[in-house]
Amino acid sequence: MSADLVIRRARIFDPSQNLDVVGDILIQNGKIQALGTQVVVPQGKSNPELDAKGWLVTPGWIDIHTHLREPGQTHKETIRTGTEAAAAGGFTSIACMANTKPVNDSSFITTYIQQKVATESSINVYPIGAITKGLEGQELAEIGSMWEAGIVAISDDGKTVMNSYLMRKALDYSKRFNLAVVCHAEDAHLKGRGVMNEGFNSARFGLRGIPKASEEIIVARDLLLTELTGARLHVAHVSTAGSVALIREAKRRGIQVTAEVTPHHLTLTDEVVGTYDTNTKVAPPLREPQDIEAVTEALADGTIDALASDHAPHSVEDKEVEYDHAEFGMVGLETAFPLYYRVALQKGVSLKRIISAMTHKPAEIIGIPKGTLKVGADADITIFDPEMKYRIDKNEFRSKSRNTPFDGWDVQGKVRYTIVAGKVVYSDAQKEAQGGLR
Amino acid sequence: MTENKHKPSRGSHNSLGIKSLLGTEFLDKSQIEQILKHAFLFKEWVDSGKPVPQTLLGKTVILLFFEPSTRTRSSFELATKRLGGNTLVLTKEGSSAEKGETLVDTAKTVQAMQPDALVLRHSSAGSPFHLDQILDLPVVNAGDGFHEHPTQALLDLMTIQQFKGKIEGLKVLIVGDIAHSRVARSNIYALQKMGAQVSVCGPPTLLPPKVEQMGVGVYYELDKAVKNKDVIMTLRIQFERLNAGQSPSRGEYSKFYGISESVLKSAKSDVLIMHPGPVNRGVEISPEVADGSRSVILNQVGNGVIVRMAVLHLLTGGKLPEGLV
Repeated sequence: MSADLVIRRARIFDPSQNLDVVGDILIQNGKIQALGTQVVVPQGKSNPELDAKGWLVTPGWIDIHTHLREPGQTHKETIRTGTEAAAAGGFTSIACMANTKPVNDSSFITTYIQQKVATESSINVYPIGAITKGLEGQELAEIGSMWEAGIVAISDDGKTVMNSYLMRKALDYSKRFNLAVVCHAEDAHLKGRGVMNEGFNSARFGLRGIPKASEEIIVARDLLLTELTGARLHVAHVSTAGSVALIREAKRRGIQVTAEVTPHHLTLTDEVVGTYDTNTKVAPPLREPQDIEAVTEALADGTIDALASDHAPHSVEDKEVEYDHAEFGMVGLETAFPLYYRVALQKGVSLKRIISAMTHKPAEIIGIPKGTLKVGADADITIFDPEMKYRIDKNEFRSKSRNTPFDGWDVQGKVRYTIVAGKVVYSDAQKEAQGGLR
Repeated sequence: MTENKHKPSRGSHNSLGIKSLLGTEFLDKSQIEQILKHAFLFKEWVDSGKPVPQTLLGKTVILLFFEPSTRTRSSFELATKRLGGNTLVLTKEGSSAEKGETLVDTAKTVQAMQPDALVLRHSSAGSPFHLDQILDLPVVNAGDGFHEHPTQALLDLMTIQQFKGKIEGLKVLIVGDIAHSRVARSNIYALQKMGAQVSVCGPPTLLPPKVEQMGVGVYYELDKAVKNKDVIMTLRIQFERLNAGQSPSRGEYSKFYGISESVLKSAKSDVLIMHPGPVNRGVEISPEVADGSRSVILNQVGNGVIVRMAVLHLLTGGKLPEGLV
């Protein structure tokens, strides 16, 4: 039997098995058949080979926080364009949030998404179901039926379940299915009509502020409810030093909580809002330097478990308006990695921690058997060039939307190959022309 | 790396060295002085009844008012006409904005009419920045949300200069809803650049976050705040804010933050009383004070037209006859 693919001379970097070794990887039948320095390749037929010298080969990256906009808002993104963007960004598995139109609050919509994925996507897509029907915060969605259909977590992301009683019931109910409850932490009343972080800069720019307390109150509440119920909480897009402190303390007390941080909350402060570029408008808002320090430190020490892009595509019509009226959110799948890598290069967070937070950690949070190159695992693999420098150009995005504040940034670390179940689903065209894949 | 600076585009289209007037935060002292110098020149002509140099002759100024305004709009209109220019007023009502056209589209349409300057009033902060970036003509911010209202600050400076003979070293108090006031922000920046000491006073619910970082004194108690001040500016209170949990009632607001004769007993005898208008008599200021000898509220209105003449003249690159400047 011949191989699907043999990856040669790779620096194999897999935090799930504490592996950092130069060697080969043999892929057969879509699975990792063997890896290391002693790989025996089947004789006879010619095996497709990929020379990965000088590059890092890691388990396929996982992004547990994306918005694919389908069904309902396909002018912003579709399952096809969103997953193509993901593949180009190095992601082999993504989870998509429930705030589609209609909302993914029933097994019918979950199944619809999966059927679309089966025909439109070359990567793995895991739907997240709504906590409440229509994301309205009034009554629980049919979480069990969606779980049967294949959801991997529940979330009203984009909104907070403001009714504490209902949130408690959601946490309780989730235990039957061992689903993480993903909390979008923004107190709706405190947030009000705010459009940016509340502080000196909101005072300067004359924009309505969103206080950090609006996030921290909900993080604190949901941690207490998680302790009360013994459920499993995942805090999406942590943006403040206060939230970090609450999560750190909760973990110390043994509460089952995980957390994620986005590329933009690791790299941008609310100072950039002064351009009134609506691509800087995001929920939760960009915060202050001390918050960036806190989330970076939390990522380094594992208080924040995972990295997630919160890829939120919006069309030009949604963004080319007054700052007050623009939609919240920015695209992220195609810019996430070089920004994470920048944190490794400039802030000294270890590469192991970064890759861990993009592979086996997010896999654990949503309970999927991914994020590892162990023998027998699905051959989902990402290969990147750690040295290559380039400039982010939004016009090259596969995503249907261009709403990024990172256009024109000079970055380092380029995805070369994205491989799902042994098949190359993305390759950097330029390098391919030079004969990378033979 | 992208430039992430909170500042408008630069230009050397005119002697002021800026393309647009977006806020006093972006002016330096010499630019403010230049505007005030021109304003006082124009004031001499206007006050003496001599013909004003028609430096906007044949030029068109478009007044794009997306938020209701009577006095600022008419002030810009009169300023343009006194200099011989034409105005076209577009308001939200009756414009394509009502039909769903975006601000950017409206502005591009307006530019196609080849005006020489655009004056924008808009309820969203930053809107004039967008227009400044996409339009190739001077944009004058006539108030953007809670952000800035630079010509109001310039007319206030002119009025202070007129009555106090100087700005540097003066102690100025701004009273009221600082958080939602573009007038307060523009005045804080402009006064500080001219060397005045600025303080603010208002209910804590109506002060901006971290306002002390703007380098201003902060008071919650009005009788303490007014002591030793040379100028007191009181701001118009929006009644809808009083209903939104920011102050319990008009009566209570007036009791603690209204400028009355009794409050002024602890102030300097020659304190200047200012208000950007329109005045809520008996709420933020008592009728006796508004109409009293220390009030310069009506002088502010007159100076408003003159300052806007100076701004439009300078931004459109107007030239005064030799020997006058």
